[in-house]
Amino acid sequence: MDVGTAPKKVKIATATLGGCFGCHMSLLDIDERLLELVQLVEFDRSPITDIKHCGPCDIGLIEGALCNAENVHVLREFRANCKFLVAVGACAINGGLPAQRNRFDVGDILQKVYSDTPDGRSRVPNDPELPLLLDKVYPIHDVVRIDYFIPGCPPSGDALWKFLNDLIGGRTPRLDYPQFHFD
Amino acid sequence: MASIASSLDPILAGYGHDPTALLQILRDAQEVFDWISPEVRAAIAGTLGVPTARIDSLTQFYAHLYDTPRGRYRILFSDNITDRMAGSVALMDHMLTRLKLERGKLSADGVVSVDFTSCTGMCDQGPALLVNNRPVTRLTPRRIDEICDLIRALTPLDEWPADFFMVQDHIRRADMLLGAAYRRGDATRAAVARGAQAMLDEMKRSNLRGRGGAGFTTAVKWETCRDAPGEERFIICNADEGEPGTFKDRVLLQSFSERVFEGMAIAALVTGARRGFLYLRGEYSYLRAPLEAKLAEMRRENLLGEKICGAEGFDFDIAIHLGAGAYVCGEETALIESLEGKPGKPRIRPPFPATHGYLGFPTVVNNVETLCKATEVALIGGASYAGQGTKQSTGTKILSVSGDCERPGLYEYPFGVSIAQVLEDCGAQNPGAVQVGGAAGNCLTPAEFGRRIAFEDQPTAGALMVFGSQRDMIEAARNFARFFAHESCGFCTPCRVGTSLVADMVDKIAAGRGALYETMDLQRLHDILRRSSHCGLGQTAMLALGDMMQKFRPAFERRLTSRDFEPGFDLDAALARARELAGRDDAAAHLGADI
Repeated sequence: MDVGTAPKKVKIATATLGGCFGCHMSLLDIDERLLELVQLVEFDRSPITDIKHCGPCDIGLIEGALCNAENVHVLREFRANCKFLVAVGACAINGGLPAQRNRFDVGDILQKVYSDTPDGRSRVPNDPELPLLLDKVYPIHDVVRIDYFIPGCPPSGDALWKFLNDLIGGRTPRLDYPQFHFD
Repeated sequence: MASIASSLDPILAGYGHDPTALLQILRDAQEVFDWISPEVRAAIAGTLGVPTARIDSLTQFYAHLYDTPRGRYRILFSDNITDRMAGSVALMDHMLTRLKLERGKLSADGVVSVDFTSCTGMCDQGPALLVNNRPVTRLTPRRIDEICDLIRALTPLDEWPADFFMVQDHIRRADMLLGAAYRRGDATRAAVARGAQAMLDEMKRSNLRGRGGAGFTTAVKWETCRDAPGEERFIICNADEGEPGTFKDRVLLQSFSERVFEGMAIAALVTGARRGFLYLRGEYSYLRAPLEAKLAEMRRENLLGEKICGAEGFDFDIAIHLGAGAYVCGEETALIESLEGKPGKPRIRPPFPATHGYLGFPTVVNNVETLCKATEVALIGGASYAGQGTKQSTGTKILSVSGDCERPGLYEYPFGVSIAQVLEDCGAQNPGAVQVGGAAGNCLTPAEFGRRIAFEDQPTAGALMVFGSQRDMIEAARNFARFFAHESCGFCTPCRVGTSLVADMVDKIAAGRGALYETMDLQRLHDILRRSSHCGLGQTAMLALGDMMQKFRPAFERRLTSRDFEPGFDLDAALARARELAGRDDAAAHLGADI
């Protein structure tokens, strides 16, 4: 292909907040279609590239819920840089598994977790390097505007593939029933 | 415990140990024990042979059944928008301060709790509250003080001044129904003289349509029930008047109940039913004793019972069932579920109750007002009846008028009356909006006051709430949104989740944190709720809000943030607990606003 006439590649950034990387694994699960995908897109910040901060992008894919202050910073960086921001998977959309802690007081949780010390006294770490936990786990649309939501735990590779193809092709993304039918 | 058993036994025996009477049993048990404790629950479950989970399903569904102690005095402030406009929030705060209480929390001595409940149907004499299901109307700070004193002195409710519990009729304009001379039994005798088939023919000629809101032709319902196969048939009077702003059925049952019962008997004559139920909303339980007395009188005069008016084979009697605080039970299939002693979750229709209703038998469910109108048809004949009103909406309609007007109360007009006429008659000085049909109805602006009350134009079950032009419509929007989120029965996801999302979003907009995004999202939710909810509750839950957002757009828009999006909560405050535990206060321990 002549480099001069190659269409401009779409820039994608991806990140996992409070999630299990399962949604990212699903992205890898599109298998050999990855080769087709890299013809169309270029990855900015993502576990795939290990770039630490994202620049201006077309599409941002966010996996996972908001559990701590750092999650909020990452999410804000994505919102500031991405034309379309997409909530991928159950945790990003609803809080998912991490949100199971929401019925407990976060202070009680911290004390319980850090009470296993030799003298039995609770020592919650205070290193500024460590992001502080939010009182509750929040879905990402509680904190920034989200343009699209892809349901699933995780969404299937096919669903992600279909979604990205639609979005890049200029069509309103549409997932039909078989694409989020899991049993 | 012996005391539990000895108090429960007469209640259970009174209902013949019938599990379909479970809701009634729980209501009566709560009257005695103040709440359904695990011990009471176990005793009822053991005696009736039902699982305790069945009892939990009721105590958790019905707002006025309690599975935690709520005190000897359970105060519930009516939370309709008309109560709020009359100052209910300040009055509740006053009471909470006087009693040193938090809303929804039991007092330390276990004597009293204070909370909100959905509209109690006292909108023309609000603000109102219920104390152990008994209404106190026209509240003032002074009345609140008096109530607090009585509670502190532990005065039994029966010894409270009787005028506290006075409920007025406020009939402002009477027509065919409210104004007619009435002699008990004339309508039933006229129907008997006509004969069942001829009575049905008169009903068809009258073109009487249901007054509960949907406007289904009554004669068709009766005929379907009569012709449906079934060993038994039932007549149910739907007196679960839960629509905020509606109170006509309360007045009809308070002062015109014989007509309601006669209407039920006439329906029984036509359909061949032998048993009937009056499903009375729990908020109106103060009407139960007078209604039972009326039923007893009518039995003595052979207007109920066996061989009514001497007609061979015309046997019919009526039992009163009470609800326990669930708006959705106004939906006829939910009401039937509730009558059967279950949580009031709407059934799938069809089949309709006319063929598969109470216990699966053909059942007629009619509104209180509809049954009253049936007595008119019996007396004057269908053709004469059809002469009033409009072509598709015959007869008169009773409107419950409340809100910003000088003379709130009942107004009976022939169908076809304009909103402007009603507003003039009720003394609405400067109306800025009228909510027609309750929270599930339409919101009209002055430009639409020429519209007419009729099935051809603006149908309604009868509620008209007037908002003066000084009112902020977003308060009404919030009130209605919270109402539906509270009353959703939880059976279907679009309504259970949707109504809560809507309520949160309207609150967010009201708090000045909403963006254009939320208004668009509300529109999207409107479509989802309307199209995919299981029953009318979800389908109509956003009708008024949709109207308000369209017609009172500035009330919403001036609160919108110009930003792209704003979180609905304080992010930095969400870190406070972790900051405290880690003992940190450095820059990284805070979350500023998004730039």
